[in-house]
Amino acid sequence: MKTVNQKAWFLVLPVLVLVAFSAVIPLMTVVNYSVQDTFGNNVFFWAGLDWFRDTLESERMWASLGRQLVFSFTILVIEVVLGVIVALNMPKRGFWVSFCLVTMSLPLLIPWNVVGTIWQIFGRVDIGLLGYTLGQLGIDYNYTQDAGDAWFTLILMDVWHWTSLVALLAYAGLKSIPDAYYQAAKIDQASRWKVFRYIELPKMRGVLLIAILLRFMDSFMIYTEPFVVTGGGPGSSTNFLSIDLVKIALGQMDLGPAAAYSIMYFLVILLISWVFYTVMTNLDREGGTR
Amino acid sequence: MQWMAWTWQTATFFAVIAVLLVTFTILAIRYPETPRVGILRIETTRGDRLFITLLGSAFINLAWLGLDLGPQPWALLVCLVYAAAVFRWV
Repeated sequence: MKTVNQKAWFLVLPVLVLVAFSAVIPLMTVVNYSVQDTFGNNVFFWAGLDWFRDTLESERMWASLGRQLVFSFTILVIEVVLGVIVALNMPKRGFWVSFCLVTMSLPLLIPWNVVGTIWQIFGRVDIGLLGYTLGQLGIDYNYTQDAGDAWFTLILMDVWHWTSLVALLAYAGLKSIPDAYYQAAKIDQASRWKVFRYIELPKMRGVLLIAILLRFMDSFMIYTEPFVVTGGGPGSSTNFLSIDLVKIALGQMDLGPAAAYSIMYFLVILLISWVFYTVMTNLDREGGTR
Repeated sequence: MQWMAWTWQTATFFAVIAVLLVTFTILAIRYPETPRVGILRIETTRGDRLFITLLGSAFINLAWLGLDLGPQPWALLVCLVYAAAVFRWV
């Protein structure tokens, strides 16, 4: 007797059609573009793997990839550590819980371009509070001219925008720990560090991995905020992958090279996300059997 | 379909992937399998191994092209060896 019925898969069909329309077919077109050259009017010439070769040899691409990795790594380290510290210090019950939750959700609700605009003005030396104050304190700060200052502003902005996401996720993880664990720790006279290391951190592992995955993917694809704040400048010092890609695709209208570029970009994201996902699910499995 | 700028090469590429997906779906329905743990110490099913193979093959091809190791079709041979290894040991 057949007990497994695969007919339920047909229920997925609408989603499949939608995803095909909005993602798969456009992506196939990108692949088609990546092996051809065009001067407009939808007339294409075969270019083979030339665009891929060009992109792989382009110092500009490797520089952007390097910047992107440094950026993502930096904000991950800061946001995860800071988010966990914030979560650990949040009140566990009472009025202040809702107050903290609402206040911390605020940055998450602001659209990306508005966040960019806020920081673009906030950091300005002439009218921005941050830029002006730093100038008055005698600190030579100007994100439009100094690459270090531009990086500082972008990282600060991302931390401002997204640390609360990590904190909220970590807080949710902390809330799920039963009091019995803390009581047992107290009986054993465990130090604060040991409570964190052996109770809180393992219990937060799942949500932290999700937070890291989300923040990594988002920061690796970041476009709007740096575009509004620095536009990739000064020079090309904050030219991240997506900014560089848009410059090639829409600035120079080089559809072929841009298509090859985006495919490689996509592959890197796919690889890293797969690694994260695999690590996450395997940790879960080990946690389940222990 | 004019706007999608099709070429027979890319059409073949997608057809091969589509055939692979269909084949593996039929295989999964006909011969269901339990996940196993290979040298990567991760649980994989046949589909996972196909994904690892395809993703890895993309990077093998890019490396072949970027490092200028010779004519591109040879990279496909490397991919086949890689695929066999993945399906055998991962």
